[in-house]
Amino acid sequence: MEAFLFIPCLVEHVLPQVGEATTAVLVRAGLTPVLPKGQTCCGQFAYKRGRADLVRPLARRFVEIFQDAPVVVCPSGSCTAMVRRYPSLFAKDDPFREQAAQVAAKTFELGQFLVERLGLTDLGARWDLTAALHGSCQTTRVLGAGSATEALLAKVAGLTLVPLARPERCCGFGGAFSIDYPEASEAIVAEKIDDIVASGAEAVITAEPSCLLNIASAMAKRDLPIKALHLAEVLAGEGI
Amino acid sequence: MTKTAHDFAKASAKALGDRQSRAILHKAIGHIRVLRQRSVNAMPDFAERQARAVAVRDKTLAKLPELLEKLEASVTAAGGRVHYAETAETAAKLVAGILAERGVRLVVKGKSMVSEEMGLNEVLEAAGIEAVETDLGEYIIQLAGQRPSHILAPALHVSKEQVSDLFARKFGRTSTDIPEMTRIARDSLRQKFLAADAGITGCNIAIAETGTVTVLENEGNIRLSGSCPPIHIALMTLEKVVETLADAAVVLDILPPAATGQTLPVHLSFFTGARREGERDGPREMHLVILDNGRSDILADPKLRSILRCIRCGACLNVCPVYQSVGGHAYGTVYPGPMGSVISPLLKDNPGDPRQPFACTHCAACSEACPAGIDHPALLQELRRRVSETETDLPVAAFNLLARHPLLFGGAAAVGRLFDPKLREVAAVAPDAPVGRFLRCREFPGLARPFSRRFKALARRLKRLQGGRA
Ligand code: SF4
Repeated sequence: MEAFLFIPCLVEHVLPQVGEATTAVLVRAGLTPVLPKGQTCCGQFAYKRGRADLVRPLARRFVEIFQDAPVVVCPSGSCTAMVRRYPSLFAKDDPFREQAAQVAAKTFELGQFLVERLGLTDLGARWDLTAALHGSCQTTRVLGAGSATEALLAKVAGLTLVPLARPERCCGFGGAFSIDYPEASEAIVAEKIDDIVASGAEAVITAEPSCLLNIASAMAKRDLPIKALHLAEVLAGEGI
Repeated sequence: MTKTAHDFAKASAKALGDRQSRAILHKAIGHIRVLRQRSVNAMPDFAERQARAVAVRDKTLAKLPELLEKLEASVTAAGGRVHYAETAETAAKLVAGILAERGVRLVVKGKSMVSEEMGLNEVLEAAGIEAVETDLGEYIIQLAGQRPSHILAPALHVSKEQVSDLFARKFGRTSTDIPEMTRIARDSLRQKFLAADAGITGCNIAIAETGTVTVLENEGNIRLSGSCPPIHIALMTLEKVVETLADAAVVLDILPPAATGQTLPVHLSFFTGARREGERDGPREMHLVILDNGRSDILADPKLRSILRCIRCGACLNVCPVYQSVGGHAYGTVYPGPMGSVISPLLKDNPGDPRQPFACTHCAACSEACPAGIDHPALLQELRRRVSETETDLPVAAFNLLARHPLLFGGAAAVGRLFDPKLREVAAVAPDAPVGRFLRCREFPGLARPFSRRFKALARRLKRLQGGRA
């Protein structure tokens, strides 16, 4: 089966390794990844600033690009959650709402797709590592895909997960929040990193690229020797 | 961007600089959170309790005007008087008027956020009436000349040591042993209770069919404030009513566990009217002041109405990453945290920063914790929509314009890659601009060669590998 890749702009331009790992994981799951042209941004940035009006044209583009896909897979909980919200941006009597609903219903976050749609948890990955899981708020609370991430990680050979003191706690990124309120964002991510350091983990894993970027770049600033990995990278295994 | 009286971004940045207060807040809030979690975990039927409470709150809101009339009739029948106030300011004047008319000089107060919303203490002071807060936390705040930082625990941001210093200054007597500190406060407060001409309390739930004002507390000071002095004035906002005692019980099923992790608080008081013929105690006069301050408009707004389900348990504050970091004072409003970010901008008096709804990481911990089933993220989203309708958001508009045209979007990224992929120069040129401040704690990995340009070769290679393996 073909799986259409929905690659968030952050992955396209800043974290391409996450896109590569996602492709590898899908191939390993027996699918043929397809990358349709013309993808840009799901519109989350504008949406969270209260500008649903600016998101609508992007939603239309998205639906056009993906309407013929058998399934759409995305390595981001928050972008998937945004697409799932598309129908609600259009009036009840707008025929486009139904089209958006159809595309939204077949769009999945990577972990969610593997576990809920394919019933796969063991992808044969191996990674000798002690890691902490940062269950991103958008993936867990908003999209409800947190248990899929956990089920997949449980099957990675060699991987030992250590608990965080406050696994449910936000990393403080919040899109425009980190730019509008940089000091508050800094304070929140600092606590997240303290928690990761205290856990003794050699790496932190998350299914959300924006959390990944936030946590990784704040750890880099502190020169910490802790890896930050996306779920897809872990599932692709060491050395892909 | 709108000019605002209060600037949360500035106030929060300043609050974050105060490491000591942050550490105190952190510890205290962690403690409440653990208590709550323990109690909710120990209640296998919490979800059902919650569903029942949400149903009661919604039923109440659906017929609020009718219930308020009923409440007024019942309070009147029980020998009390009901007063309505449109705004916080008129409410405070109304209370001051009642007291002044009766020659009141000293008032004891039980903890009431509505009183804070009214700015009552300042108005009473101006009228020459001494008002003494009797809830220990609130008393500490009053002695220190501060404002509550949490809707439930007003002195959450103050450490035991700071209280000890404060007592030494105010009473010439102190300790760091909590029972002893409580004794010191009590010695001072007992005199006030006995001498007070009137008592003012808040109201957690008003029961329409009986005219009862219900108050929850752990210290007993509110009970004393409402029953010891000859006049009792209870303050409530109009959504605090429920229809029946049974409905009140449904709300009581979730309020203490969500708030403090208790099954029931130490004191649960039901004040119904004034002293009746033949009764030996209780106030001779009872007044119930019902404040609107913008809430009728919220009620009439189907997109925002659900915030009036709030039972002021404080749970959303305790889990909010923003509140936990910046503390309650940075909000500059009576109600901080997620519930405050929704309700404050809608209040007539002291709405705070109109951009408050933007100060949110969208983590949804608030709605998950809320026993009243309030979807704060959705409400904040609606409020942001309303604010952004009135302004031009250039960065967002520009970004979205690019996003509509893939070539431009890719082109902009390519320019960025050429110019300064790590944004370092941008940050160095403008350290105080948003990007500079954003990068202060972050080492940006930089713009990379786009994934889409690597995809084809990668997919081919992977397919081959896969084929080989199979
Ligand atoms: S909004 Fe919900 S969680 Fe917050 S104080 Fe009100 S009832 Fe409690």
